[in-house]
Amino acid sequence: MELITGAEILVRCLKDEGVEYLFGYPGGAVLHIYDALYVQEDVKHILVRHEQAALHAADGYSRACGRPGVALVTSGPGLTNAVTGIANAYMDSIPLVVFSGQVPTALIGNDAFQEVDAVGITRPCVKHNFLVKDVTKLAETVKKAFYIATTGRPGPVLVDLPKDVTIAKTEYHYPKKIKLRSYNPTVKGHAGQIRKAVDLILSAKRPMIYTGGGVILSDGSPELIELTQLLGYPITNTLMGLGAYPATDRQFVGMLGMHGTYEANMAMHHCDVLIAIGARFDDRVTGKLDKFCPTARIVHVDIDPSSISKNVKVDVPIVGSVPNVLRAMISVIRDEKLRSDSEALAHWWRQIDEWRAVKSLSYRHSNEVIKPQYVIEKLYQITEGKAIITSDVGQHQMWAAQYYLFDRPRQWINSGGLGTMGFGLPAAMGAKFAFPDEDVACITGDGSIQMMLQELATMKQYQTPVKIVNLNNGYLGMVRQWQEFFYQKRYCMTYFESLPDFVMLTEAYGHVGMRIEKPGDVEGALREAFAMKDRTVFLDFVTDPSENVFPMIPSGGGQSEMLLAERDEMVSTHHEGMVLL
Amino acid sequence: MNHNDRHLISILMENEAGALSRVANLFSARGYNIESLTVAPTDDPTLSRLTLVTYGNEQIIEQIVKQLNKLIDVVKLIDLSETDAIERELMLVKTRAVGEQRAEMKRLADIFGGRVLDVTDATYTIELTGAGSKLDNFLRAIEKDAILEVVRSGATGIALGQKALHA
Repeated sequence: MELITGAEILVRCLKDEGVEYLFGYPGGAVLHIYDALYVQEDVKHILVRHEQAALHAADGYSRACGRPGVALVTSGPGLTNAVTGIANAYMDSIPLVVFSGQVPTALIGNDAFQEVDAVGITRPCVKHNFLVKDVTKLAETVKKAFYIATTGRPGPVLVDLPKDVTIAKTEYHYPKKIKLRSYNPTVKGHAGQIRKAVDLILSAKRPMIYTGGGVILSDGSPELIELTQLLGYPITNTLMGLGAYPATDRQFVGMLGMHGTYEANMAMHHCDVLIAIGARFDDRVTGKLDKFCPTARIVHVDIDPSSISKNVKVDVPIVGSVPNVLRAMISVIRDEKLRSDSEALAHWWRQIDEWRAVKSLSYRHSNEVIKPQYVIEKLYQITEGKAIITSDVGQHQMWAAQYYLFDRPRQWINSGGLGTMGFGLPAAMGAKFAFPDEDVACITGDGSIQMMLQELATMKQYQTPVKIVNLNNGYLGMVRQWQEFFYQKRYCMTYFESLPDFVMLTEAYGHVGMRIEKPGDVEGALREAFAMKDRTVFLDFVTDPSENVFPMIPSGGGQSEMLLAERDEMVSTHHEGMVLL
Repeated sequence: MNHNDRHLISILMENEAGALSRVANLFSARGYNIESLTVAPTDDPTLSRLTLVTYGNEQIIEQIVKQLNKLIDVVKLIDLSETDAIERELMLVKTRAVGEQRAEMKRLADIFGGRVLDVTDATYTIELTGAGSKLDNFLRAIEKDAILEVVRSGATGIALGQKALHA
């Protein structure tokens, strides 16, 4: 058999793994790999402008299409720049395989030029990582990396490649299958537990289904929809789980948590049986733990045993993949013709409809100044709810989650766990690579967009037209909001006294820029932008700087202790524990 | 059950570079306590056995066990505190031993089943094995001023009966 270099082996592995795009940035330690990439066309390398963007683009690609995202960075600063992107993927359980260059094995530990301990630095924020010291182990390690990244609870896996390993030669053999004695995730749920769960679920008087990113990652949306409609129960999604159940369906009560709807949080607070699916009881969801679902017995389906009873003790844990477990539940219910308590359910829905009538997402319109919520509503209308939406982090992210109604999984792409400003633009680019024919919009703010703005150049180079919806209020709005509420309006370092002219800036990168200052121009501008199919358009919406995200459960508050918008008429009319501004 | 009970957790893991760091890292990253830790390869050179002592309430120990199991390098583990098991630790103690102290020190070492490994005209070096609590008792039994140096291996253990941990 022919002997080939480590670099050639890596490229062949990627090809055999079916990798379409490799997002990366070259440097000294990965030169052999780039040379091997040069002589082939199967794996398309996308040259970003910053390694963090390579990770976010690979991440956005993966979230959009479900296949693993792949990135390649050089040693030292290449790797350290990538760490934010790796941590971001880790927190949201996104399957990525990241290759980093490393100094030659003989120099490891010598403080060589552009040396960092990549495996050490990334250890706390990867699912697993490898340092390949022997070229004969390379192909097998790559296979393991893809296997680990994409199975069980997915996550990023890093493979660190010393330069000498990429030039050393060996025979190429890519294993078809891999088995690890120490890693064997449970996919099928325990039949006894499933039976117990079904009994508890059907005994509910005030049931509530609460689902998270796990449903999307496992492609469990069809099963979730079937089960939810079979039961007729109300359902809420976490920020990471939006789209798993159609937001326009009557049974959907909106997102829950810190900026969730009134009806979602009140239904959580008052439910007697909670069915948690692929969600991890994050602090932004639970609020104060001892006030979380005080009357509920809890069923929890998750592929990761460590997510179960981590924050909230559950009554019926089921370890397994979401579609698998839900199919089993549906079978039990259908085969035995089991029924839920329809009378109690009707009563419960009447209560939920009362909470719904509060209209917690209503806001004051204005003819003078653009309300950020209005921009999202118009974006939703003009894209007919069909665009892939990415977001950055802050107020705009919450408004996007609240006002764009996601009807399908993988349509909503945002940094939930780590909350990484700068994620939105490269993620949108990644999503566009996955679905070149779909409309992709990045909802962002004047703070976040400046963290990854350089990617406008990448988007020009590869012609990935994205519509950038910038909600420009001149502030770091979410931080400003907290300063307003909790720091007596001392707006320390949240106002940008200087912002670039985003229109000119975008045009300098070769794209189209638009500045929109009046509410009456919002719709027209959006229509114009989306009509330009093959252009990236930066829509700089000058929005009301004083607008806040409501509803809001202040940090440390319980689910029923929501702040609704500044609507005085509600002060004396509603439920206990509700604090109004 | 909110007591911070002591748990002896024994882990069979891949004998790979970095495996130990992953375990240690997990404890520091998640704020768990780690009192002692001991690790060595097994009869199968591809596997290491790591034993650690930690404290926590039921919920914390459950999380520790789950998080450890989640590490890719961990093949299997057992919480030896949840089963009939034997715990052993090795301790080497250098004590002052002059005049009447010499006979007293030797007598105490004998009572605790220790062995004197090295003798000088002013010191004894004593080897002792046993459960951690027995070693603590020995240190309490001898004069505090007489202790020159204490080296402990950290606890290790094995389940009693037919139960065995293997890949």
